[in-house]
Amino acid sequence: MTQLITQLLKGESAALARLITLVENNSPTVPEVMKAIHKHTGTAHIIGVTGTMGTGKSTLIGAVTRAYRKRDKTVGIVGIDPTSCFSGGALLGDRIRMQDLATDPGVFIRSMGTRGVLGGLTSSIYDVVELLDASGKDIVIVETVGVGQSEIDIAKMADTTIVVTVPGLGDSIQTMKAGITEIADIFVVNKADQPGADETVLQLQQMLCMNHLDEWQIPVIPLSSIKGTGISEVINAINNHMDFLTETNHLRKRRRTRYESELLALIKKKVMHFVLDESRLQGTIESMVDTISRKEMDPHSAAEKILKGILA
Amino acid sequence: MTKKNIRVLVAKPGLDGHDRGAKVVSRALRDAGMEVIYTGLHQTPKQIVETAVQEDVDVIGLSLLSGAHLTLFQNVMNCLKKRGMEHILVTGGGIIPQEDLDELKKIGIKRVFGPGTPIDTIVDYIQGSVNK
Amino acid sequence: MKKEIAQIKKEREKWDIQVQNSLQKKPERNRKFTTLSDIPLSGLYTPLDTQDMDYPTDLGFPGKEPYTRGIHPTMYRARLWTMRQFAGFGTAEETNQRYKYLLSHGETGLSVAFDYPTLYGYDTDHPLAKGEFGKCGVAISSLQDMEILMDGIPLDKITTSMTINGPAAILWAMYIATAEKQGMPKDQIGGTIQNDILKEYIAQKSFIFPPTPSMRLIIDTFEYGFKHVPQWNTISISGYHIREAGSTAVQELAFTLADGLAYVRAAMNRGLAIDDFAYRLSFFFNSHNDFFEEIAKFRAARRIWAREMKKLGAQKPRSLWMRFHTQTAGCTLTAQQPENNIVRVALQGLAAVLGGTQSLHTNSMDEALALPSKKAVRIALRTQQIIAEETGVTHTIDPLGGSYYLEWLTNQMEEETYHYFEKIETLGGVIPAIEKAFFQKEIAKSAYRYQKEIDQKQRIVIGVNEYALDEPPAIPLLKIDAEGEKRQLARLKKLRADRNKEKADRALLSLQRAAKGNENLMPYILTSVHAYATLGEICNVLRNVFGEYQEPIIY
Repeated sequence: MTQLITQLLKGESAALARLITLVENNSPTVPEVMKAIHKHTGTAHIIGVTGTMGTGKSTLIGAVTRAYRKRDKTVGIVGIDPTSCFSGGALLGDRIRMQDLATDPGVFIRSMGTRGVLGGLTSSIYDVVELLDASGKDIVIVETVGVGQSEIDIAKMADTTIVVTVPGLGDSIQTMKAGITEIADIFVVNKADQPGADETVLQLQQMLCMNHLDEWQIPVIPLSSIKGTGISEVINAINNHMDFLTETNHLRKRRRTRYESELLALIKKKVMHFVLDESRLQGTIESMVDTISRKEMDPHSAAEKILKGILA
Repeated sequence: MTKKNIRVLVAKPGLDGHDRGAKVVSRALRDAGMEVIYTGLHQTPKQIVETAVQEDVDVIGLSLLSGAHLTLFQNVMNCLKKRGMEHILVTGGGIIPQEDLDELKKIGIKRVFGPGTPIDTIVDYIQGSVNK
Repeated sequence: MKKEIAQIKKEREKWDIQVQNSLQKKPERNRKFTTLSDIPLSGLYTPLDTQDMDYPTDLGFPGKEPYTRGIHPTMYRARLWTMRQFAGFGTAEETNQRYKYLLSHGETGLSVAFDYPTLYGYDTDHPLAKGEFGKCGVAISSLQDMEILMDGIPLDKITTSMTINGPAAILWAMYIATAEKQGMPKDQIGGTIQNDILKEYIAQKSFIFPPTPSMRLIIDTFEYGFKHVPQWNTISISGYHIREAGSTAVQELAFTLADGLAYVRAAMNRGLAIDDFAYRLSFFFNSHNDFFEEIAKFRAARRIWAREMKKLGAQKPRSLWMRFHTQTAGCTLTAQQPENNIVRVALQGLAAVLGGTQSLHTNSMDEALALPSKKAVRIALRTQQIIAEETGVTHTIDPLGGSYYLEWLTNQMEEETYHYFEKIETLGGVIPAIEKAFFQKEIAKSAYRYQKEIDQKQRIVIGVNEYALDEPPAIPLLKIDAEGEKRQLARLKKLRADRNKEKADRALLSLQRAAKGNENLMPYILTSVHAYATLGEICNVLRNVFGEYQEPIIY
């Protein structure tokens, strides 16, 4: 394990990949690793990219990565796709758009499935981001499924959150879940060569004016891979946001929020593992459910009884 | 430990554009509970191997129908060796004549799944080999 | 008529009861019977199923609207379909030999298969070509290779079809230049270039440039062909590959015709008159296993095309003709017990003939294993000849016309095709639908379903999931000459050294300038080809100006 950690800190991709696998599989060696590397984290700029399917997040991430590579920055990318709740398997295709970067030693791309955690953001993502950070990446980009709770989760974890949309989803901006506009630090309107792009940009700008903002002015940036326009504006916006965060107190605030969420998530995970440990419960849950079904007990009383039994 | 998903890289080396099989197999492996990374068309051996490293896959499935399998599969195996990744199970499918199978066995590709292979055969082979 | 129909209806109801009674003792073999496109089938078709049809408007006579029964008044009675076997491997000289072999055995037209580097516009010495040379077709990197390919073949007497898409204009220019060097003027030569980029994005995937410049190039060829090479079919709008990628027959029909109409609209948008180019549009379909569905598909295709072209303003009769080539379905060939494929191909070939194809390729039995051996391709050719000379199906036109089942099925396929047309319209047309991956998703769904049905034995494939044997195939396979690549590389090297470099560079520069503008690129491509600029060099110029296509991700 120490060898793996040493290699990770040197930036070796095979070691990094192996450690990510251990995290994904909840290996018992993970806490030891994370304890060792935590002090080596904190230098990477964590960027979250979210948006509904079909908005071209992967294309954007590929373009951003190539731009950062031109500026000699190293990049780690995590693409998250939904795990099938029927089979437990997943089709992970985010990296297709970025395969030209596969052999660039300054880029590391990893595809992850949500593996059964509702909401789109896996419980291990905090650890994976720390691993990428510790391996020396200047930029860490996390791309998510973009439905439901996951957008909010990303915001807690990222220093900068980019929300991606496309023209023609204009109506859905109105119906956009409350919270998306509150988590966005940067809006990107992708496929901006398509009709309706200007209206979409305008609509977003108007909507953002109405929101209570801190001192950060959320930019709305049109991006067109066909025309080749917009990417330098996106990079500038990301860099500006990082400057804003560091110059004000916000970076520390954000990271505090991240660590808080991570701590709570870890506690939750460990508690659940403890509580649901079958060797301790020995079928208690099963029999309680039967009791509830027979209306001999209600769910609240059953929960209290189980917890009392465990904590005793 | 959480249940470990078998991770498979489905790759199309070279210029071959026939992706029907690769897509069908990818979906089927997903339905069998595996995590499948499909990297699309026109992958070089280097891209395939680096991807396998980063994704820490258990299996690489090479799909080729253009007849270039002897050269391209060999290149992939060479790259894997250079990268120290020989523990990864490499298998393949497509249009590969019987007489080339021995050649492929010699370079480390023990089984290849040609036209008419039932999906379950591929799934069983991977599950059986990886869990050893 | 009405009285008769009422009578039949009554009899049918009685018969249905009789069927139910019989099923009590002996149930049907399947829970339901469907075509390969999942169209549910009744046990019997009667005049009830075709009662709304009107012979003159829905069927008509061969050679007259709506052409359901055939595009010519005499069809095979006057002239058999062209027997055109797709062939190519290794070097130009090896393929030239195969062409002469096929011609000597009675094939009546040539069809060129190119290797992957050529399909993607790379010369044999390009790094991506390593290991791919000559494996699935012939390598053509320059005019010199084309000249060798066609050596000794009378281009004024034989038509040649070339399966080439991304760089189609360039290979066409090489063929034209070869003919000119043989002393044949452009207006004397005939043939086809596949040149159908839309289905590349959808299915075959041998695209190079993005949609807009690709369409520009295609319309350039329409224009040039109309003016200078009037006997050439400048496009073969294809469903074959869509089917091979896993679509159903209905999807094959609908997506192909949608593509065709997209090309027509694009040409008209550029200002070309529909009656000037429509006659030189040709089509290419698959002939798959479901015998009657395939025949219905071909007939529906003719009728829909004629009607849609009329709606677009075509006035000349020949603008309404759907002229098509057919290839038997490669994806149905099995590696197990390959001799069985001879039977499959015979039945598929027969369906194509009963469907009225203008030209036919029959697959060889060994093609699930390798490129066709001499013996295998000879049998494939004989299959067509036996159908032509021994079965009698060519003695009368559209012999199955009037079959209650066939006419009902033809109508069904037409109806379902129009449903797809509507869907494509709502998505904004063919190109927006491609970008939204609509076709690709439909095809992937059908492909996956088909495989599941085979794995679950809902669909039987003889020798594969039923009556399988454990014997490895024992037929001799074609070997590609390993030395061929060396010869080709040496030839390319010599070509680059011997040619007038200045002339070639000048031609490429002019091409680049023209590509950035709006002129028709064919003359510039021809000049480059004549100057012995290579395929790769010409494509690089175009790649730099047009960019390369990135496909959307779906499974």
